[in-house]
Amino acid sequence: MTFAGWTTIVVFAVVLTALAMPLGSYMASVYSGERVFLTPLFAGPERFLLRLFRADADREQDWKQYAKSLLIFSLAGWLLLYAILRTQTLWDWTGLNPQGFHSGTWNLTFNTTSSFVTNTNWQYYGGETTLSYFSQMLGLTVQNWLSAGVGITVAVALVRGIVGRGGKSLGNFWRDIVRTLLYVLTPLSVLGAIVLVSQGVIQNFSSYLTAHTVTGLTQSIAMGPVASQEVIKELGTNGGGFFNVNSAHPFENPSGFTNFFEMLLVLIIPAALVFMYGRMTGNRRQGHAIYGVMMFMFLGAVVVAYIAEAHGSPAQHAAGLHTQAIAGSGGGNMEGKEQRFGIAGSALFDVVTTVTSCGAVNSAIESYTGIGGAVPMANLSASEVIFGGVGTGLYSILLYVLLAVFIGGLMVGRTPEWLGKKLEAKEIKLAGLGILITPLAALFCTAMATATNAGTKSIAAVAGKGPQGFSETFYAYLSQANNNGSAFAGYTGYIQPNAGNLGAKGVTFADLLGGFDMLAARYLPIVFALAVAGALAGKRVSPAGLGTMRTDNPTFSVLLIGMIVLVGALTFFPALLLGPVVQGLTGHLY
Amino acid sequence: MRRDLVTATIAIFVLTVLLGVVYPLLITGVGQLAFPGDANGQKVYVDGRLVGSKIIGQSFSRVKQTFPGGGKPEEKAGAIVTEPDPRYFQPRPSATEGGAYDAAASTFSNRGPNSKLTEEADAEAIKGYLQLNGPYDRGLTTAQVPVDAVNTSASNLDPEISEANAHIQAHRVAALRHLSLRAVDALVARHTSGRGLGFSGEPGVNVLELNLELDRLAAGGA
Repeated sequence: MTFAGWTTIVVFAVVLTALAMPLGSYMASVYSGERVFLTPLFAGPERFLLRLFRADADREQDWKQYAKSLLIFSLAGWLLLYAILRTQTLWDWTGLNPQGFHSGTWNLTFNTTSSFVTNTNWQYYGGETTLSYFSQMLGLTVQNWLSAGVGITVAVALVRGIVGRGGKSLGNFWRDIVRTLLYVLTPLSVLGAIVLVSQGVIQNFSSYLTAHTVTGLTQSIAMGPVASQEVIKELGTNGGGFFNVNSAHPFENPSGFTNFFEMLLVLIIPAALVFMYGRMTGNRRQGHAIYGVMMFMFLGAVVVAYIAEAHGSPAQHAAGLHTQAIAGSGGGNMEGKEQRFGIAGSALFDVVTTVTSCGAVNSAIESYTGIGGAVPMANLSASEVIFGGVGTGLYSILLYVLLAVFIGGLMVGRTPEWLGKKLEAKEIKLAGLGILITPLAALFCTAMATATNAGTKSIAAVAGKGPQGFSETFYAYLSQANNNGSAFAGYTGYIQPNAGNLGAKGVTFADLLGGFDMLAARYLPIVFALAVAGALAGKRVSPAGLGTMRTDNPTFSVLLIGMIVLVGALTFFPALLLGPVVQGLTGHLY
Repeated sequence: MRRDLVTATIAIFVLTVLLGVVYPLLITGVGQLAFPGDANGQKVYVDGRLVGSKIIGQSFSRVKQTFPGGGKPEEKAGAIVTEPDPRYFQPRPSATEGGAYDAAASTFSNRGPNSKLTEEADAEAIKGYLQLNGPYDRGLTTAQVPVDAVNTSASNLDPEISEANAHIQAHRVAALRHLSLRAVDALVARHTSGRGLGFSGEPGVNVLELNLELDRLAAGGA
């Protein structure tokens, strides 16, 4: 551990908060229909697009109509992406398939399509060995934008339901998605992409380079329009790498600076949404109480991961390596980590992308120490509420808030009230379902995969011996259920294409189970969250009395942390014990 | 319902054109005009020949043996066996699937923390490192081997090594190229990049640039 490493962590938390606060206020204005500084630029395009879409944008939608528009839009996106990926070779005339890659098989494409539409970006394929630039741009980049936008609209709708004063309206999905794309994602993406290109993230349509090295070898180097996808991948907490090794690839993440910048891109919107929530409730401290919970749990995870990785792994120690920092070397578990990021830059990035639904990686999680690897698993076990994905994070933690208010109310013997609205059985049931779907999907799929021969085939043949094999499997379905997309990359659902570019072949069992996992754990909670919003929207607001439990102070924050830890631990502790905890406690090699 | 279907269909096609064509082209245009070197991968040329990318690691091994074919399946015609070229600084070990430092097929090594295979790979790499550098840096022991010198990176395309690793290798390179250790260390320092913003990440030595500078020095001195 180094002073620079700890500095990185502290500076990151401070800069993030400083940037998220104004962005949160800005977003609150955008979704309240107020004039913002970009209104002169985007008001015209907004009207134009909504008219072009023939959208019924002036109608106020109740929760069912909102959900219906959202689901139909997602379905349209799913179908188009599936078609693009399956017809990759038909678009060779565009010149955007310089390597002549064939299309993937149906099972793999099912998984990839579900993955990108659900904001998961789980990747069973290798970007630079299977996908054309056409598929990456018109297929994946587009869903990087849209899946992020959809997540944000759900969060906005839920907040509207919570603060709504009578009436059933949650806003209008089409208006919200267009506003999100124009006012929030476009300016940040364009600026971010230009910063990334200026720092060495490539952006071209060249065919792969062939270099002749000074020692007489040849090296083939993949190219592509990377920066435009990289920025929205981080900003939309998508996480699907242009290249197989994601943000570890020097063309995606060339330096310590870009690493810091990309981490900010990942967390900026999820953090801003919390402040947006505070402003829209009319009491900023509501947002601060939740932000405190998130930041506390986030920093806890970072500290554990950093210490664990700086300590080194049993395999390193058995080989005789000394892993403490020495002059000129940071030491630690550098297996699967890049020199330019070091241990701190890798551990922090790992936590940033697993508390959110981002799932980008700049280091190999499979090679993390037992405890270091347990951190991302614990983050996922908290079901995306520590910042969480863009939108998903806020609506998920608000369901937990509802549960905490309910339980807190029971403890003090009062009717639970939240922001002046009485909570009744209906909302609690819906919130409970919304919270439980994700763990249920994760555990069900893990059980299916470990209990069947078809499932165990996906475990890495050489690396996945002993508890590591279970960790891989569990992580795979936990990550897909949380729409995260990071992986213990040894677990595979496809077979590397051969030299003839015959297209990646999928492993049907893993592809379908994973696809089901992602779709169920994305859309069911969305529907439940919108239903909660609908149930709350129509409720009368009564003024807070002496007996009202406050939700904007540290006491409540502690209660909320308790709820999150309790639900996560009760659900996932047995599974965590079988994998990473065993590995962390033993020096034994398998 | 029908209205939503119509809207969704139009929207998805229009947005695909805007976000999947217009937006990437805009970024490409800006990138190619304002930062052509970065946007195209920081290519490095020697005498007009492309030798690599500044930020993509590459192998500095030389061909030891070329198979004529007819032997074992893995020894098909043209397959080569390589060994590190001791006159050059050596990068981190790489285990991409197409052979070391295949930058068209990046992959994680996926070596587990509790895996015997990881230990064996580490032990093998330590042995190789000591064999290569031990004769020139007397007293080099396993305990002094920097972790980055024997652990594979995440991308398996790491362009950098740690300063400690470079300093150990400097003994070998200086001896084989008849340079003073101080001169080589000065070159290492020149090609060491600091932390981003002064704190983010670790300092690293760019292996390709360092080696090319050594070659230029040799050419100029001869």
